[in-house]
Amino acid sequence: MVLNKALTLIFTADREVIFISMTSLSMALTSTILSTIPALILGTVLSIKNFHGKSIIIIFLNSLMAMPTVVIGLLIYSLISRSGPLGNFGLLFTPWAIIIGQSILSFPIIASLIYSALSKTAVELPETLETLGAGGTRKLYMIFRESKTAVLSAILSGFGRVIGEVGVSMMLGGNIRWFTRTITTTIALETSKGEFELALALGIILIFISFTVNALLHWGVNRNV
Amino acid sequence: MEKILFILFIIIISSFCYAEGQIENQSDNQTSTQQRLRLATTTSTENTGLLDVLIPAFTNRTGIKVDVIAVGTGKAITLGENGDVDIIMVHARSREDSFVSDGYGVNRRNLMHNDFVILGPPDDPAGISSVKDAAKAFKKIQLTKSSFISRGDDSGTNTKEKELWNTAGVIPAGKWYKEAGQGMGAVITMANDMQGYTLSDRGTYLALRDKIDLAVLVEGDPKLFNPYGVIAVNPAIHDGINYEDAMRLIAFLTSGEGQSIIKNFQKNGEKLFYPDVIK
Repeated sequence: MVLNKALTLIFTADREVIFISMTSLSMALTSTILSTIPALILGTVLSIKNFHGKSIIIIFLNSLMAMPTVVIGLLIYSLISRSGPLGNFGLLFTPWAIIIGQSILSFPIIASLIYSALSKTAVELPETLETLGAGGTRKLYMIFRESKTAVLSAILSGFGRVIGEVGVSMMLGGNIRWFTRTITTTIALETSKGEFELALALGIILIFISFTVNALLHWGVNRNV
Repeated sequence: MEKILFILFIIIISSFCYAEGQIENQSDNQTSTQQRLRLATTTSTENTGLLDVLIPAFTNRTGIKVDVIAVGTGKAITLGENGDVDIIMVHARSREDSFVSDGYGVNRRNLMHNDFVILGPPDDPAGISSVKDAAKAFKKIQLTKSSFISRGDDSGTNTKEKELWNTAGVIPAGKWYKEAGQGMGAVITMANDMQGYTLSDRGTYLALRDKIDLAVLVEGDPKLFNPYGVIAVNPAIHDGINYEDAMRLIAFLTSGEGQSIIKNFQKNGEKLFYPDVIK
């Protein structure tokens, strides 16, 4: 009964359901891309360079992976609230606030997983490469080539964390209809109202989105190997 | 590989364009250059669906887009104090007055009212259905150690509930007293599942009535009166407060049109709110 109504909402392409799904998808993709760039740099540096304090950074990154979304939401809230230091930008309760929060959320996961992916090949590969006489840039390129799948799955883990999170979106986005309402905040709201149809429909869409994104990347990586 | 990244890129761009288009569609007027108006309000006005008719009517008339942030009264007041919203619509008179007297809010107006009701299981194990006085009913719930689900979230309803415990001379604590920390709809659903008692505004109860089997056990006590007020955030405290549009919203809500929308708003054939300016 509830499931029937949920499927009807999906297959009739209900305007609000589509809008909410698109909002979630664009927020999550944007923030994943934004955090991937610095995470890639940090992960690479950590895996190929040895320096003082490296293990501290790694421990710190790994602990940040367990940081509750609401804590990140709270920290950013205190920064971008009108009474906070960055208040003048008026970022709170806009899509940008969500993107900032989600970027910070996915950064440690991606950086940490890229580090473990690269450090494995970085140990095995260089000896082979040096005997072949490969230079620095060439070496880096080879390391990335070898661990392409692992790097992509690191990015996907980051995406997985942000597309399904509710704390940051709710606190920083404010769950504003036709603006910052995402799949997860709608599920929370509709459940609290006792309206399970829309909540379930969006839950199904969420699984579908993450399935599609994963399938696309998986297919893309394997085809080129 | 490049192909996949390209596809992802297209998805992102198109979803952004779609989202933008949808936002624009929400209003007939071209208001993209205009500032948005931020309204913090209680879950009761959102959960009942009242704002879904009030806000579009306002946007139609003025072209001003309103961002509705539905939280408890306590949080709404904090958002106002921090300057994160431009206007608040809440229901806890004592706290509204101190919000204004502390200089955070200006131009408070009475908007509408309804009343609180005490809900409980139809078999009424605490035997409060014959009690007229809400505080005495609370006392009986405590004496019989019947389950009571509290909002526990500093909302307007939670404030009223604490006042009633105070009047009853009870400090609620113990296994029977459960602080849920959630919105009204969620708390009613919980009370229904646990067959416990709870205090609710009538509006949210009526909106959920078909989905639950809790009954209204105590109503009509003057202590259960539930007035809503609307207050503009003082633009002198923080920069960037959209005071002008906040005042236009207050003017609309207290106008003949706004008040008649409130008066005619019905859910399941029952009136949920009574206008206080033009009756």
